[in-house]
Amino acid sequence: MSKTLVVYLMAGPDTPDLARAAVDGGADVVEIGFPFSDPLADGPVIRRAAERALAQGMRTRQCLDVLARTHALLPGTPLIPMTYSSLLEAYGWERFAEDVAAAGGSSMIVADLPAGERPSLRRVQLVAPTSTDERIALAGAETDGWLYLVTIAGTTGARGELSPALPSLVERARRLVDAPLYAGFGISTPAHARAATELADGIVVGSAAIEAAENGPQALRDFVASLRAAI
Amino acid sequence: MIFGTYGGRYVPETLIPALDELTVGWEDAKADPAFHAELHHLLTTYAGRPTPLTLAERFAPGKRIYLKREDLLHTGAHKLNNALGQAVLARRLGKHRIVAETGAGQHGVATATVCARFGLECVVYMGAEDMRRQQPNVERMGLLGAEVRPVEFGTKTLKEATSEAIRDWITNVGTTHYLIGSCVGPAPYPEIVRDLQRVIGDEAREQILAAEGRLPEAVVACVGGGSNAIGIFYGFLEDEDVRIVGVEAAGAASLGTGRAGVLHGARSSVLADEDGQIADAHSISAGLDYPGVGPEHAYLRDIGRVQYVGATDAEALAAFRDLARAEGIIPALEPSHALARARELDEDLILVGLSGRGDKDLAEALRHLG
Repeated sequence: MSKTLVVYLMAGPDTPDLARAAVDGGADVVEIGFPFSDPLADGPVIRRAAERALAQGMRTRQCLDVLARTHALLPGTPLIPMTYSSLLEAYGWERFAEDVAAAGGSSMIVADLPAGERPSLRRVQLVAPTSTDERIALAGAETDGWLYLVTIAGTTGARGELSPALPSLVERARRLVDAPLYAGFGISTPAHARAATELADGIVVGSAAIEAAENGPQALRDFVASLRAAI
Repeated sequence: MIFGTYGGRYVPETLIPALDELTVGWEDAKADPAFHAELHHLLTTYAGRPTPLTLAERFAPGKRIYLKREDLLHTGAHKLNNALGQAVLARRLGKHRIVAETGAGQHGVATATVCARFGLECVVYMGAEDMRRQQPNVERMGLLGAEVRPVEFGTKTLKEATSEAIRDWITNVGTTHYLIGSCVGPAPYPEIVRDLQRVIGDEAREQILAAEGRLPEAVVACVGGGSNAIGIFYGFLEDEDVRIVGVEAAGAASLGTGRAGVLHGARSSVLADEDGQIADAHSISAGLDYPGVGPEHAYLRDIGRVQYVGATDAEALAAFRDLARAEGIIPALEPSHALARARELDEDLILVGLSGRGDKDLAEALRHLG
């Protein structure tokens, strides 16, 4: 079975072009970050990208517009907004979900809304090495499509080595959850990608993709292609 | 652990098991007489409790304003009540590393102090702008053996320091206790901090009854995150005839001008724009310079039990100077906001939470007072 490659981009005016480059390079799914001023789960690369996006005026409506334009360009690619609770609180939780769906989003991720909170809000749930079996089972039951395995206790961003916590997390999640398992946080190189997909069904690459995208669509496509070749 | 619709646990999944562990650990500690005995011993023999109540006759002629003197507590502010309690709790949980945020530096100093006392590793995050404003406290933390890590991005104040402390906790959650300094953050923190600070209100209630034979007509405290306020208010919440007033910095009025939002793990009243992006706060007082507030304060506002008002930088500075000149007490700039509003109230018998002393603020205050 082929492995799924998820690439994260921060919402901005050039997101549709970057998303197309990522898909050309072999991405199956694109996450679109809706920036928040105080992103607790994110390391410096995504935090700085969020600061830049906010400085460019990327607020919720503009992000939804970017989502719609990306969907129009790539109607066959699942697009998943990733954001924080504060945006949904301000916009209205249900209205946010409705407008994401209307703009072509296929699900969403809310980084600071753990499983068990607001279960009616359909979203991709996250589990971490610290999660108990009970919480993995709960997240698996509530998740929308696939389960996001946070490989490491920490924030987003590149690491030297793939987390040693991933094998046991995959083992527990396989036992407790039917959904596909995609690993993310700290996966930044083709070697990481290969090692992670020997265990999980897919990977999510965020900070390293943001850094590649800073050099334009061609650089992003080449980077994503290097990951695709490795898995 | 939910205050009306406020509070909750809006944090990444990685922290949920630690919050569960903390919840159980706190319930166990509260039910354990040995915990209370140890904390009481520390509060009386190390921290200097009970703190006195001082009648400030010359500061507000014609009124009877009593000051609850948390400025006389060891390290110079109420923050030590919470830091001691959480340090004892952290040891019960087997955590040997402590991470904390600080704004004015008072919580950082209190945390560094308890870590020195118990031999715990201590890392304090502090905004670079606050390090400039509160240099003496940075030096005290260093002397006490803590590592102060400057936060150089965003507003470079308490908001970013808190985010960085939480990110550190996410990364080191197995070994580390996050010793949060105010009644904010994900559940159960607002409840833990309130329970550890209510000693202020419980003592003050007994003391004013002993001094005056009756309850105060009003209780006034400053509110940043709101820990000294929730502590003193809790002694009087059920006394319906006692008016309770929280005083925010006018430029950081999370309750006065904020909206419902999510910041640092809890739903509360926050300074944010219509898209939920957190706004910058502005106050001369680093301890009040925070765009959020404890969720229980938002609840107490909504049910009408506590009235929240603002005081400007200039009003706080005037009260700061006047208390020094009239009473020989140099207050911190934070409770100077409470003093400014208290002396204008119609009530005559008033209790004010003097949450800390002003040594740390001398340079900043004198620069503005000229």
